[in-house]
Amino acid sequence: MNWLTPELIEIVIAVLKAVVILLAVVVCGALLSFVERRLLGWWQDRYGPNRVGPFGMFQIAADMLKMFFKEDWTPPFADKVIFTLAPVIGMGALLTAFVIIPITPTWGVADLNIGILFFFAMAGLSVYAVLFAGWSSNNKFALLGALRASAQTVSYEVFLALALMGIVAQVGSFNMRDIVDYQAENLWFIIPQFFGFCTFFIAGVAVTHRHPFDQPEAEQELADGYHIEYAGMKWGMFFVGEYIGIVTISALLVTLFFGGWHGPFGILPQIPFIWFALKTCFFIMLFILLRASIPRPRYDQVMAFSWKFCLPLTLINLLVTGAVVLAAAQ
Amino acid sequence: MTADTVLSIPPYTADDQDVVVELNSRFGAESLTLQATRTGMPVIWVAREKLIAVLTCLRNLPRPFVMLYDLHGVDERLRTQRRGLPDADFTVFYHLMSIERNSDVMIKVALAEGDLNLPSVTSIWPNANWYEREVWDMYGIYFSGHPHLTRIMMPPTWEGHPLRKDYPARATEFDPFSLNLAKHQLEEEAARFKPEDWGMKRRGENEDYMFLNLGPNHPSAHGAFRIILQLDGEEIIDCVPEVGYHHRGAEKMAERQSWHSFIPYTDRIDYLGGVMNNLPYVLAVEKLAGIKVPDRVDFIRVMLAEFFRINSHLLFLGTYIQDVGAMTPVFFTFTDRQRAYKVIEAITGFRMHPAWYRIGGVAHDLPCGWDGLVREFVEWLPKRLDEYEKAALKNSILKGRTVGVAAYNTKEALEWGVTGSGLRATGLDFDLRKARPYSGYQHFDFEVPLAHNGDAYDRCIIRVEEMRQSLRIIEQCLKNMPEGPYKADHPLTTPPPKERTLQHIETLITHFLQVSWGPVMPANEAFQMIEATKGINSYYLTSDGSTMSYRTRIRTPSFPHLQQIPAVIRGSMVADLIAYLGSIDFVMADVDR
Repeated sequence: MNWLTPELIEIVIAVLKAVVILLAVVVCGALLSFVERRLLGWWQDRYGPNRVGPFGMFQIAADMLKMFFKEDWTPPFADKVIFTLAPVIGMGALLTAFVIIPITPTWGVADLNIGILFFFAMAGLSVYAVLFAGWSSNNKFALLGALRASAQTVSYEVFLALALMGIVAQVGSFNMRDIVDYQAENLWFIIPQFFGFCTFFIAGVAVTHRHPFDQPEAEQELADGYHIEYAGMKWGMFFVGEYIGIVTISALLVTLFFGGWHGPFGILPQIPFIWFALKTCFFIMLFILLRASIPRPRYDQVMAFSWKFCLPLTLINLLVTGAVVLAAAQ
Repeated sequence: MTADTVLSIPPYTADDQDVVVELNSRFGAESLTLQATRTGMPVIWVAREKLIAVLTCLRNLPRPFVMLYDLHGVDERLRTQRRGLPDADFTVFYHLMSIERNSDVMIKVALAEGDLNLPSVTSIWPNANWYEREVWDMYGIYFSGHPHLTRIMMPPTWEGHPLRKDYPARATEFDPFSLNLAKHQLEEEAARFKPEDWGMKRRGENEDYMFLNLGPNHPSAHGAFRIILQLDGEEIIDCVPEVGYHHRGAEKMAERQSWHSFIPYTDRIDYLGGVMNNLPYVLAVEKLAGIKVPDRVDFIRVMLAEFFRINSHLLFLGTYIQDVGAMTPVFFTFTDRQRAYKVIEAITGFRMHPAWYRIGGVAHDLPCGWDGLVREFVEWLPKRLDEYEKAALKNSILKGRTVGVAAYNTKEALEWGVTGSGLRATGLDFDLRKARPYSGYQHFDFEVPLAHNGDAYDRCIIRVEEMRQSLRIIEQCLKNMPEGPYKADHPLTTPPPKERTLQHIETLITHFLQVSWGPVMPANEAFQMIEATKGINSYYLTSDGSTMSYRTRIRTPSFPHLQQIPAVIRGSMVADLIAYLGSIDFVMADVDR
């Protein structure tokens, strides 16, 4: 049994943990489609899916069955390779970004010392899903959606990164675990970095293309925009990808601004996972509530809001944080 | 010269002869033939050579006829009773409206079968464009000088002109329809949009334009409506609305139905309007028959019509907010509509299409307990309206999307034939219920909401306020519902009075004929316009002394509203177009008939 070294066991355990987290995130993403519909139904004075299984719980299974057996149609006029690649990126990018998130002190996929930067890289990649889908579909509505997506991404990624630089400056590290530990010792970042939180949240919604930043798919205008030509599992991957995006962004918000697995005021440190899950669920709900409650601004208004309001706000926030950090160091 | 300067609308004068005097002094009495009708306006025949001069004169008179309210044709070849009128195989009529006089005039031109030519009046009223296209489509009358005279309702491949009397009205009169691949491809090719046909360029100085085909199946097109956009990025350079996908030939059907059995067809013109559509039709038929209805009938009709106005506006409100991206309110407004339907169903027995008004009355008396139901609704809705206003209409994103979007002023509105909330949003106080009261509206106390910017937001706010006013009217019906019969005592009412049929054989025979053939309306013409849910809706009926209408012209508000789209939306973004479409409040059944 000399091949069973402690290192190997550690590796196997780490891989197993990673697989469990992967599955959990994907299942969460898929379940969210049911949760969202039930919540929307609740807020909108109607039932939502409640027929399949107890409380309609098996709706998700029915949907998946339907999706798997649907004809996986690729339009003859599409660019096949890119057309197939787009949903893979759409689901993969933000799923991969989840690796940097420390769920509990002992659970987490990768403890990268460039944690936040890795997230930025993946968020930057995720726009290619929309861009590729829109371009390769060879459909005018899809193209307009892709155009909107690229313009929106260019505007929002700028301050998506800048919004977190205040945290990085205060902690002095890009590592997520360092950031969580720092919050446990000091204040949660929601207080010192409130403006950073606001802008990061807005940019996070924009990255996931959720309402009101669903410009690329804007149903009322572009009739589903970039994924208009997709069907079956390819469409399903975009669909689940969007929910995985929500899970990832919510988990990030919790980790970066709400103390990760810690409870408020250090209460009940025995249940780190519960704290993490509760806080993440809260933000997921917030995403859905946003969709239920507000109209969609026009696409140029979205741009103007980004460049004229959010960007200056993040820059001021960064400047003030920098000054405070400098003053504290002296 | 425009209605911008109008401060108040004078009281309505039916058969206002001023304009006849003015035209006589200008053109001489010998060149005009007056026709006596029950349309409530002077009907003047002029020769084709004088048409443009007369119409230009009317447009430029002091207190001008600013609006081309309607323009259509009649195939006169099968008429039997038109004594004293100029010989005509076909007639084209121009119905003009003056806001400053608050009166109308109708100009008619007689045409011979071999020479169906008329000068186009698009240079006098821009909205003549679609009307002339429809007359060409339906009758084959050619308008010289028209910018784009093509079919509008029928597909471009269509043969024949459907409203001609020699054109069959029923499917059984045709060969069975079949669609093979070649025909399919031919039709598809014919529907392809060619920018050159419309004088559009494919590329500008520095850019290629994208031609985006929005519809006929698009979530925000509110029905089978196609609009082709010429885009530079997301900016709309120009656009071409295309209608006709919902055309059922209601006007042709009217010529094959008895006066009574056409009532259910009217329900389906503006399918959100329900009995509101019956109203102008039965009022016009009653004018032909000379029936005066009891007060109770007026009150019942007004109450139900206002219920449907609320119902239509609630649907508008929900979908409008949804069109600018908020998904939730539409579910709430549909809950409210359900409440309204509860009352409507209890009273009429149907929901969307009750077909409940009758010639000379309504189908039944109000049921026991109707007042409780109505009161429940009247108490329910105001709170909800306040909530919508607070939660959705004061939302800054919604305002950002709609304030200043797709705005037009009173002058433009009148030029394009815009009526209803779209017109009142520009600040012109013209509501037929006040300006030309019909069906007893003069008895009610309500206000006409106005706005001043004429943009997408104002059109919405006005409709919300109109719902409150409709509730006021319903409340007054509730308090003051007169006692009495629900049907006029007149032999031409439908179904005819039956009480005495088992006592005299003569009454029984008459009753039998009235029921089996339907009533025979005296040969004449009648006209009635009403303030319907979406603007002014009117029925212009020509009777040739038969059990069926000789010609039924249905003028609907949505038709001119859609025609106006390019003039309003040029230079805006795609998202603005969607907000604008939502704010027009149209249904395609109302456009295409």
